[in-house]
Amino acid sequence: MKAFGYQLPAMSSLIIWGLLWELVGQLELTFFLPALSEIFITLSEIIGTKPFIKALTETGQAFFLGTFYAVTIGIPLGILMGKNRFIDELLLPWVNVFLSAPLTALVPVLMVLFGFGLKAIVITTSLFAIWIIILNARAGVKQINPALVEMAHSFGASPMDAFFKIYFWAALPEILSGVRIGFIRAVKGVIIGQLLISIVGFGALFELYSSQFLMSHFWAVLLVLFTLAFSISEFLAMLERKVEYYASKR
Amino acid sequence: MNAISTSSKAVEVRNVFKNYGEVEALQDLSLDFPRGELTSLLGPSGCGKTTLLKIIAGLLPADSGEVMVNGETVTGPGPDRAFVFQDFALLPWASVIRNVAFGLELRGVGKSEREAIAEKYIADVGLDGFELKFPHQLSGGMRQRVGLARALSVDAQVLLMDEPFSAVDEQTRRKFQEDLLNLVKHENKTFLFVTHSIEEAVYVSDQIALLLPRPSRVSEIIRPSGFRDKGIDSIRRDSEYLDIVDRIWDSLRTYVE
Ligand SMILES: Nc1ncnc2c1ncn2[C@@H]1O[C@H](COP(=O)(O)OP(=O)(O)O)[C@@H](O)[C@H]1O
Ligand SMILES: [Mg+2]
Repeated sequence: MKAFGYQLPAMSSLIIWGLLWELVGQLELTFFLPALSEIFITLSEIIGTKPFIKALTETGQAFFLGTFYAVTIGIPLGILMGKNRFIDELLLPWVNVFLSAPLTALVPVLMVLFGFGLKAIVITTSLFAIWIIILNARAGVKQINPALVEMAHSFGASPMDAFFKIYFWAALPEILSGVRIGFIRAVKGVIIGQLLISIVGFGALFELYSSQFLMSHFWAVLLVLFTLAFSISEFLAMLERKVEYYASKR
Repeated sequence: MNAISTSSKAVEVRNVFKNYGEVEALQDLSLDFPRGELTSLLGPSGCGKTTLLKIIAGLLPADSGEVMVNGETVTGPGPDRAFVFQDFALLPWASVIRNVAFGLELRGVGKSEREAIAEKYIADVGLDGFELKFPHQLSGGMRQRVGLARALSVDAQVLLMDEPFSAVDEQTRRKFQEDLLNLVKHENKTFLFVTHSIEEAVYVSDQIALLLPRPSRVSEIIRPSGFRDKGIDSIRRDSEYLDIVDRIWDSLRTYVE
């Protein structure tokens, strides 16, 4: 970030907003926004407690499973759609519909279909993440240099070889950015699932704290969630930068 | 000109037809490629050179007709042929050595063995020390050397080269042409070489097949004989070389708008 021609240190915008938050909080304008320092104090109090660890584990487990399925189904399916015209025409309308569908509205249906437990939450999480992963993998394959496929074929590549040694790598930059966006959506998905399906994990904490107007608790959990999502996203962005060297030269 | 016995044909193309929808790319094309020689397919762009090469490579099916490599009918790509691509077709995410070894990798050769073979050909094409570089760090000429090393390292008897030098600059191109002559001399392989450059075809070829559009078939076969042994430095000044260039230009000029 730059201001008045000076290069500001990294994360300066975070610091500025943090200070502003502290200031507004100290003024006690609204109970909705406690001071940032107060939130951090609350955070340090609850972070080691049993209910918090339990919530973290429950949310982590559902998030991990949900994104696992989204990635392992979404990437191959997207590659397949990019490769195969027939499969593409068959599935693309549905992918687009679900990408923009208000998935939250589907959650009650998922509850009826899959019960009130972990299964329905995992499926909700997957559904939030998978469509963008599919679309990006597909887009990555669409821009592949056909000469590479021809080359592999001419040296006797089996369809499996072509899939894993050509298509996957050629599409990797797009796949990674799809996974990154998908994971951010999955964070939303897992919380919505835990709020609507069965009140467990962070969803339960949000529910509890907001219904009792424990705003600094509410913000503390939100901050943890934000930090986790931010770390995952940064990690994937780092992977993306690792493949940048060939992304622009395919 | 000598008569060529059957066994000395590495590749035979018999009455091949190929249409792309309405476009008649090849019409009843027949052509023999003598073993151990370099045959050029020369013709204006769009006359079907790439199409023919890909049919021989087994990358494209002919509508009818037959292609035989070493007496066996081609049904798909095979280890007896290796392709050098016009735009190199290198894996941008893989190092030079992995690219060169990629043909062997696809054929299931173990890592240490295929890298040893790749090392040898990397040195042969003059890229010693570039093993761990990536394609985007190389010039166009060096990239095509990688493509050439990849094709050589699978040790196919037939090398199919589709305008391999058209994407490199003029100086590099001349060096490539000289290297190619040495390759033909020292490797016991058959070279099928596509070009749209008359000078290049006459310079490197044992046999030139002139392809003309509408109908897209071989209109003439020319075998330069006199200047091949005189040393590569004097070819471009040889009178037979110049005569053949003129003769081909006379045949082709009517097709140039
Ligand atoms: N995939 C394709 N679909 C339709 N037409 C094609 C295709 N490939 C080549 N052609 C047409 O076939 C003719 C021969 O093409 P090509 O073999 O690439 O010629 P050359 O390599 O001699 O320039 C051209 O008219 C070209 O437009
Ligand atoms: Mg061509």
